[in-house]
Amino acid sequence: MSDLADRTVLRGRDIPAVARPARAPVLPLTLRGVTLQLAGQTILDGLDLDLGTRGCTVIMGPNGTGKSLLLKLLHGLILPTSGQIRWGALSPAEVTARQSLVFQKPMLLRRSVAANLDFVLQARGKDRGRRDALLDHVGLRHKSDQPARQLSGGEAQRLAMARALATDPDVLLMDEPTASLDPASTLAIETIMAEARDSGIRVILVTHDVGQARRMADDVVFLHRGRITEHREAPGFFARPDTEAARDFLQGNLVL
Amino acid sequence: MVSTISRQVENLQGIGEAFGLAWQLVLTGDAALVEIVALSLQVSLTATALACLIGLPLGAIVATLRFRGREAVLILMNALMGLPPVVIGLLVYLYLSRSGPLGFLGLLYTPAAMILAQTILITPIVAALSRQVIEDLHVEYDEQFRSLCLSRGQTMRALIWDARYSLLTVGLAGFGRAVAEVGAVMIVGGNIDHLTRVMTTAIALETSKGDLPLALALGIILLVLALGVNAAVQSVRLTATRQAYV
Repeated sequence: MSDLADRTVLRGRDIPAVARPARAPVLPLTLRGVTLQLAGQTILDGLDLDLGTRGCTVIMGPNGTGKSLLLKLLHGLILPTSGQIRWGALSPAEVTARQSLVFQKPMLLRRSVAANLDFVLQARGKDRGRRDALLDHVGLRHKSDQPARQLSGGEAQRLAMARALATDPDVLLMDEPTASLDPASTLAIETIMAEARDSGIRVILVTHDVGQARRMADDVVFLHRGRITEHREAPGFFARPDTEAARDFLQGNLVL
Repeated sequence: MVSTISRQVENLQGIGEAFGLAWQLVLTGDAALVEIVALSLQVSLTATALACLIGLPLGAIVATLRFRGREAVLILMNALMGLPPVVIGLLVYLYLSRSGPLGFLGLLYTPAAMILAQTILITPIVAALSRQVIEDLHVEYDEQFRSLCLSRGQTMRALIWDARYSLLTVGLAGFGRAVAEVGAVMIVGGNIDHLTRVMTTAIALETSKGDLPLALALGIILLVLALGVNAAVQSVRLTATRQAYV
């Protein structure tokens, strides 16, 4: 963790800000009646949701409630069966390039750590000179030349975070990025997420980890059986959840 | 009975002598032998390079694109892997013969005709195997690449590069098939001394003439090449695994 403690701040003073052309705002996010059916089964059922322009929204809920699929819908990787998703005035497909999605299991190219970042920077027309700063930011500069697929789970996810940040996203979508990571690796990822949020990137995080949700969330969306049963400011949600399912989930009881 | 046994002994002695002479040809670098081996390598390596130039992008396209009739293309690609070399030789012969549509090129009975036949023979192998390799990788990378909004060209280049070790073994498999092939090059090359005689056609000819030492010497070199190709494939796999690139 020592390499993380003294790392530079990605979007702050140590890395020159990237000049961006004026672009249509991608926030707030609005969902109206979003339904997703797969193989004749309704996975997400009539979701209505409004997310503001800043902070970190945590999406929680038991397994199989469609949290990851909701993230893919928001990212434009899949289309809803019905309903509407708008990022500002834009559709998800129009803003995919302005978001980064970090998957639960990071998919790393069969190349070195540095080459993984070079690939993204080059593919997206970004300044390749930022590579080392990004690696510094996630504490992986000393592993630049190592094959990426030899990294530990925590290091691989940090590289995935660096890759996500390399595209200069307006929105960072995270799908259980610390699942099966140890506490030190979890802390490293949460630190990077918090810095991204503090730098103005909108963070939407899917997690099962109640402790992580408490540490990260500004507001919480609770999904149960394909429906949004609660969407509230984090302190209120954690102090007094409205629904029995959320209460049971927070207390660690089995929620079916 | 006694005469049969003595004939067998003589035969065995003859084979032993032939092996001895064959090793002598190999070890002394006999000029005729070197010429035949060099032409074989030139023809097969060129055909392999051409097959890779055509087959790898073709495999990548079929692996990554979804289009109407794709299943039929897959069946065709796999079926073409088993093309009989003599049939390819015959088709190339018909096209290149004086009365054929490409007869004006004057390529029949030249190394170029042999390269063409071997390229046609191994391109489906390279395309079909690389399609499988790249498709497997594409399944793994697809969501991440779509998330990164990569173009088709960027996706294909990345897939080909990341599958480089597996694709190298595909290329080696193609070379192995080309260098060991006899039917097609015999038909379109004609097995002309100092012009189109390669290892496989020379082995067939020398054996029929009874010149076993040269045939055996060429056979030894072919075997060494086959072993070498397999060793190279294994070495590539081990290197890739060791470096976590697979």
